[in-house]
Amino acid sequence: MTNMLSLRDFYGKTLVELGRSNKDVVALDCDLSGSTRTSMFAKEFPDRFFNMGVAEQDMMGTAAGLAAGGKIPFASTFAIFATGRAWEQIRQSIAYPDANVKIVASHGGITVGQDGPSHQAGEDISLMRSIPGMTVIVPADAHEAADAVRWAASHVGPVYIRLTRDKFPVVYDEKKTFAVGKSTSLKKGKDLTFVACGMLTYVALEAEKMLANDGISAGVIDMASIKPLDEQAVLDAAVETGAIVTAEEHSIIGGLGSAVAETVSEKHPVPVIRAGIPDTYLSSGTPEELMEAAHLTPKGLADCARRALALKKKK
Amino acid sequence: MKKTDNVSELAEIARQIRINVLKMIHLAASGHPGGSLSAVEILVSLYFSKMNHSPSHSKTDKRDKFVLSKGHGAPVLYSVLAKCGYFPEEELWTLRKFNSTLSGHPYAPSTPGVEITTGSLGQGLSQANGLALAGRLNKDDSIVYCLMGDGETQEGQIWEAAMTASHYKLGTMVAFIDNNELQIDGFVRDIMGIEPIAKKWEAFGWHVQEIDGHDFGAISSAIEKAKAEKERPSLIKCRTVKGKGVSFMENLAKWHGTAPNADELKKALAELGVA
Ligand SMILES: Cc1ncc(C[n+]2csc(CCOP(=O)(O)OP(=O)(O)O)c2C)c(N)n1
Repeated sequence: MTNMLSLRDFYGKTLVELGRSNKDVVALDCDLSGSTRTSMFAKEFPDRFFNMGVAEQDMMGTAAGLAAGGKIPFASTFAIFATGRAWEQIRQSIAYPDANVKIVASHGGITVGQDGPSHQAGEDISLMRSIPGMTVIVPADAHEAADAVRWAASHVGPVYIRLTRDKFPVVYDEKKTFAVGKSTSLKKGKDLTFVACGMLTYVALEAEKMLANDGISAGVIDMASIKPLDEQAVLDAAVETGAIVTAEEHSIIGGLGSAVAETVSEKHPVPVIRAGIPDTYLSSGTPEELMEAAHLTPKGLADCARRALALKKKK
Repeated sequence: MKKTDNVSELAEIARQIRINVLKMIHLAASGHPGGSLSAVEILVSLYFSKMNHSPSHSKTDKRDKFVLSKGHGAPVLYSVLAKCGYFPEEELWTLRKFNSTLSGHPYAPSTPGVEITTGSLGQGLSQANGLALAGRLNKDDSIVYCLMGDGETQEGQIWEAAMTASHYKLGTMVAFIDNNELQIDGFVRDIMGIEPIAKKWEAFGWHVQEIDGHDFGAISSAIEKAKAEKERPSLIKCRTVKGKGVSFMENLAKWHGTAPNADELKKALAELGVA
């Protein structure tokens, strides 16, 4: 049985640790502190926690002001509301003046499940990635999430970290060091490479095993640092394996798949197949049903790998 | 930089600020004279009389802070900052030019003295609240001043921030509305009415005063009363005239965002006593 751990639990715990070691760390939330786990911080540091009510735009602006006043604000809510409702506040009040604000959003992607498309975020990576100066991180598991949060606190400048509602199978046994702009090669392959982020990193590892049974050798890269992207790792994969499948719990438009395709097409064109949420609104349902519908399963990724290989042969 | 409470000295500073506002917008051949001129007395009172601030303060020193939420008023802020010695007056003539330190709207990273980046309306009050909350955590009871346009208060985020300031009892918050009754497309009351302004802000938990925003004595005493209010944020609703000080610009929406040409500049400066 795979060990499952919650990214948001690890966020909550890590934020408390950071709060203990640095009194300038503060947290804000928009009436979802139980869900995002900033409630843990609120309990220990009530004076340094600001519940802003259901007002995401004001939260981002207030966080920017706290940063201008020397604090290190962590602002949390669901991914769709953080990046959608407050996109322009993030762009104008946070990223443009390089405010030291950390946006840590939970409930990214479709594993949000039953709440339905109104609460599923398939656009957040795209929205954040297009903002100059924004660092965008999508951790593969709870351990990587915890270290990304620690890194964000030590880095000066705006950061977006995307977490999820659901627990993820762990990819890393325990401590995992996050390095911005660097990916983690989890498996070397010869025929193609999966470049994945979030829970799809684990799914890609499962797909790799399926493909190995058919004699196909796939590499797997955990690309938690989506911006800045580890371009060298992407290009090495393109050169060494000649085909790439990107995998993410995000729209095929504008996310990791786009970032990889942009790099590959400009610097070393090889086939890139993007596995992700199709360009549509899905449905309510269990996370499993939704991931199945989006073909974000080991079998779905293995199918993408075969398509990539067919394209590679045609070249 | 010399501070003063003397009304005629402040009026003379205001006259010089108006001259520079017009010159810089003319040289830039774009910018916002109307809403810059309506706010001159408010900013002159703050920077030359009321605020604890100095160009020698570092980013971490205790000091009062000013947020120009209506960022298109940048020319008046820049003129005042230059006169205070934050940067040389010559820089004013680079307004809006490529790679100038004076961007079309206030940009904190490039302009000394600018505390908060604005330009997209409706976002300044939230940031001012953040500064006030940071001050509270730092045991620093410096005042955070924020200037909004009346049209700007049509933005929903202003009202989110109005709730926040009162919920968190931000007694160090002193906000102004530059109530010149005009926005771009015409009169505020015709575009999207915001009255009753005072009652709305009171209902949101603010201490509200209404004054003549061109009267230094009134501005000064309203600020003192606002500072004495420790439990509630304060709003000072300033009746102002858009384009104040230049007869042909006054009360005309047209001068919201139009630069004076050479003739117009000459006429305007003559009215301000420039031979
Ligand atoms: C979010 C946003 N929408 C639109 C604009 C364009 N704009 C600039 S000034 C202005 C009118 C502002 O009116 P008011 O706040 O009354 O300013 P004042 O009359 O004092 O200049 C508008 C719509 C903007 N800067 N930001």
